[in-house]
Amino acid sequence: MQFSEHWLRSLVNPPLDSESLGHLLTMAGLEVEEAVPAAAAFSGVVVGRIIAAEKHPNADKLKLCKVDVGQDELLQIVCGAPNAAAGLRVPCAMVGAKLPGFDIKAAKLRGVESFGMLCSARELGLSDDHGGLLELPGNAPIGQDIRNFLTLDDTLFTIKLTPNRSDCLSLAGVAREVAALTGQPLALPQIEAVVPAVDDRRAVVLDAPDGCPRYCSRIVRGVDAKAPTPDWMKQRLQRSGVRSISALVDVTNYVMLELGQPLHAFDNAKLVGAIHVRYPNTGEKVRLLNEQTVVPAADTLLIADEARALALAGIMGGEDSGITLDTVDVFLESAFFAPAAIAGRARSYGFVSDASHRFERGVDFELAGRAIERATRLVLDICGGAAGPVDEAVAKDHLPARPAVRLRPARARRLLGIDLGDDAIVRLLEGVHLSVEREGDALLVTPPSFRFDIEIEEDLIEEMARLHGYDAIPACAPQGSLMMLDRSESSRSVWDVRHLLAARDFQEVVNYAFVEEAWERDFCANAEPIRLANPIASQMSVMRSRLIPGLAANLVANRKRQQARVRVFEIGRCFERKADGEPVAGFHQPLRVAGLAAGLALPEQWGAASRQVDFYDVKSDVEALFAPRALEFERLSDPALHPGRAASILLDGRRIGLLGEIHPVWVQRYEMGTAPVVFEIELDAALLADLPAYREISRQPAVTRDVALVVEQALTAARVIEVMREAAAEIVMGIELFDVYHGKGIDAGKKSLAFRVLMQDTQRTLEDAEVDAAVDAIVRHAETSLGARLRG
Amino acid sequence: MDKLDQLVQQAATEFAAAADGVQLEQVKARYLGKTGALTERLKGLGKLAAEERRVAGAEINRAKDAIEAALEARRQALREAVLVAQLAAEALDVTLPGRGVAQGGLHPVSRTLERIEALFRSIGFVVADGPEIETDWHNFTALNTPENHPARSMHDTFYLEGHEDVLLRTHTSPVQIRTMLDHVARYGDRESMPEIRVIVPGRVYRVDSDATHSPMFHQVEGLWVGESVSFADLKGVIADFLRKFFETEDLQVRFRPSFFPFTEPSAEIDVAFMSGALKGRWLEIAGCGMVHPNVLRFGGIDPERYTGFAFGMGPDRLTMLRYGVNDLRLFFEGDLRFLSQFR
Repeated sequence: MQFSEHWLRSLVNPPLDSESLGHLLTMAGLEVEEAVPAAAAFSGVVVGRIIAAEKHPNADKLKLCKVDVGQDELLQIVCGAPNAAAGLRVPCAMVGAKLPGFDIKAAKLRGVESFGMLCSARELGLSDDHGGLLELPGNAPIGQDIRNFLTLDDTLFTIKLTPNRSDCLSLAGVAREVAALTGQPLALPQIEAVVPAVDDRRAVVLDAPDGCPRYCSRIVRGVDAKAPTPDWMKQRLQRSGVRSISALVDVTNYVMLELGQPLHAFDNAKLVGAIHVRYPNTGEKVRLLNEQTVVPAADTLLIADEARALALAGIMGGEDSGITLDTVDVFLESAFFAPAAIAGRARSYGFVSDASHRFERGVDFELAGRAIERATRLVLDICGGAAGPVDEAVAKDHLPARPAVRLRPARARRLLGIDLGDDAIVRLLEGVHLSVEREGDALLVTPPSFRFDIEIEEDLIEEMARLHGYDAIPACAPQGSLMMLDRSESSRSVWDVRHLLAARDFQEVVNYAFVEEAWERDFCANAEPIRLANPIASQMSVMRSRLIPGLAANLVANRKRQQARVRVFEIGRCFERKADGEPVAGFHQPLRVAGLAAGLALPEQWGAASRQVDFYDVKSDVEALFAPRALEFERLSDPALHPGRAASILLDGRRIGLLGEIHPVWVQRYEMGTAPVVFEIELDAALLADLPAYREISRQPAVTRDVALVVEQALTAARVIEVMREAAAEIVMGIELFDVYHGKGIDAGKKSLAFRVLMQDTQRTLEDAEVDAAVDAIVRHAETSLGARLRG
Repeated sequence: MDKLDQLVQQAATEFAAAADGVQLEQVKARYLGKTGALTERLKGLGKLAAEERRVAGAEINRAKDAIEAALEARRQALREAVLVAQLAAEALDVTLPGRGVAQGGLHPVSRTLERIEALFRSIGFVVADGPEIETDWHNFTALNTPENHPARSMHDTFYLEGHEDVLLRTHTSPVQIRTMLDHVARYGDRESMPEIRVIVPGRVYRVDSDATHSPMFHQVEGLWVGESVSFADLKGVIADFLRKFFETEDLQVRFRPSFFPFTEPSAEIDVAFMSGALKGRWLEIAGCGMVHPNVLRFGGIDPERYTGFAFGMGPDRLTMLRYGVNDLRLFFEGDLRFLSQFR
């Protein structure tokens, strides 16, 4: 909410400067978001009256003015404004004035001396209007400093009100708060009932008293709707961020800003019969003031007459029943609509209004009568006319109850951690118009009609804390029973995983969880992704089911920024449909870790031949992530990956992820450059760790024998080792592959795999003969089972 | 026996003149070899009388010792010279860069989250986690924000197509509810439940995007529930955390009344640095408050017996302040030129 400090100070005027006042509001929970001067700084400008305006002797477009600024002599000022004319009162910057951006000096303009400048609104920094001189009213006192005359030494406060403090959505409300906080007297405008001059009235029927338990109305006949809004009201509206529209509309807005009561003015001539406040009938439509036509939902309260629906109650008036400049008779509405009947409704039609904003948070339900009197007085003063009597339709049983709330001071002290006596608590609460009675150790506190946020004990504790001042609550080191936290050794933290990948030259990234639909289709073969109902952009419209596409996009973006070598990883959540998903049914939301490597295997460096990163480099990164636990890898067919360079990753038989080169089709389509190698793994698997267990170290010497087997090209190394292990004697401790060769000396379609066989006995030294026999057995088994041939 | 002294002197001079091991051995042969000067003299002893032989022999042996010592000294000197030459030849350019694997790094916000976790762990907080596609009930209703509550408009929520009651969580607070329900399920039958002390780092989502708002961002929720947890404790923990996090006492912390449906009393936490580029400006850093009794009830906890505080802070903002980053969007663009600055 925006308002003028000057207006506030007309209601309560504490001895504080603007900054301190702002601080006071902020620390009371009315956060001052912005405090800006109402006008730019300038000086030396007074109200001047143009006595004569004659043509400049040497220039067609300039005028020679004589200006009375209340001094003994008239000032001669050369002026180019089209509206400069004798009799006009305008701002006059005298010699020595400092305007925004420039100073005024005596000057010669086209050979004629000029002692000052007549100003437009823009020249004073008041608005962008540079169409001519700023015309002041005929009663502007000549010679008065223009800053005083236009109340320019004002500050515009914008406060950000929390939804519980609807009572401060008006100048009166803020003033009440300031008075309570500073102990200064509150001077709200005196409101006296307007004595009816005519008898006209229109019946009002509360068909939905739950939603509208009070409706005050009054007819004012014979108004001049074209009457100008007085400058003081325009200025206050403008400084509250409200545009002046017409006198009648301005009055309703002004009273809402001043007192917090939204009002509506109907053109009485457009109403038929009694007013009904009711819920809609099927098929009813309302054309609103904002030119939107809505079909109100069944729970939207309407204002209707006997012919049709007129307006959305408490939200917005209708286009067809509102006042215009031709309106003669006005029907004023000042009602209370229950928050529950308004909350969320405006938003469901795609807008908010000042009225709905207030009603859904709570408007003082005792205010309607006073507000309509205030508005009537202003209408009569500005537009003339004759007021009828105020009609009040009320369903007292449906007005909000204000039951007393029980506050136990002891509990309040414990919850806040402060030592504040009961009497002090009572004083604080009474200061904001809560009435307090004592009942044993407790206080019974009854909130006023303008407070909608005091229903339970905690509401009072908060109020008390706020008024006591959060600054006055001590900051304590908390006491607790000391218990050590769990620290399992058979799991790792996600930080271990992050640091391990970072140590292997991967840079962590954080990508959005919503992605382009094409990525899901291309990289995940996911034709039915989880779609957002309200995405902010089409390339962020579906939830990702994999991390890899995001990493691929990082690659593309970085390559565009001349980064040839890209190694990135992300730990994040992926989203899949799953009927019995936990903990939210319908969705599986695993955390995964994924990485991508592209470009050189090692950073370019001297003394080492450079080569592109490949499948096996990244496989080693993945293995390091799990070491010493051993992973298994199986050929995999996956939409994201090169069909010949893709593997499933298995841990203890469980499929935990995949590894491979991005499919060349996607590499080309997404312009990735050289093909990246990627992996994506379930994070929970990567967090498992084995508790180390000691095995005895053999004191006997180990024997190694190297064996090279020539096998079919298509045979996997894992299969060959598996077969060799089948025939391995007990003394065989390990079989490690150390070379793969094909080419000269090896038939086409074959390859040579070289293994190192490690043999050892824990108890004794091995004999040559048994070593030979063990190796022989392995080789023979490979020959018979796999058609392998020992390489000579 | 001046002649012997002269011989020793001469040998030493010739040894010193030998340029390398081969020359030295040739010189040595002239004195100590089979036909060397000293050998010849020893051979000549036989011609002398016994008494003279003893005296002369002793002198010759003394001379021999002296020559051998000179020889050994020269050998040592030559060996050292060879080693020095070899080492000089093997010298490296120590300024050439090292070879091998480079280092990657953590995301700057991860650095912050790791520190936050460590700081809170040090006073007994554990880390909890929750889903990012969340139920409306956990995200709003159980947090005392019923349908149509004006506070729902404070959060511009992403919803999923075809699902009424699920959304992308707008804050990490729903994990408060999950944590309390789990805690009660585990300890509810005890005479007295242990305290809940958790922090919840995670990603959250709101319909918002500009230089200071990202549609996805990070939050860290904190929750402490026990039998005597007070607002003063909340102030103490937060102020302590902020000073430890920023590693400075040169920091003002202010608690300002605010409103959240799930806490009461509620506060916004502002900090102001007393030096540096941001000196004197109040910066909003977190929201917090005492857990609302309705929220405790939704979590299965009796608000008459237990009280608690909760806070939610923005680690993205903390990271920006700590490292001087001025645009939130940089965190989510994956630009290696930016990310690699935080290694």
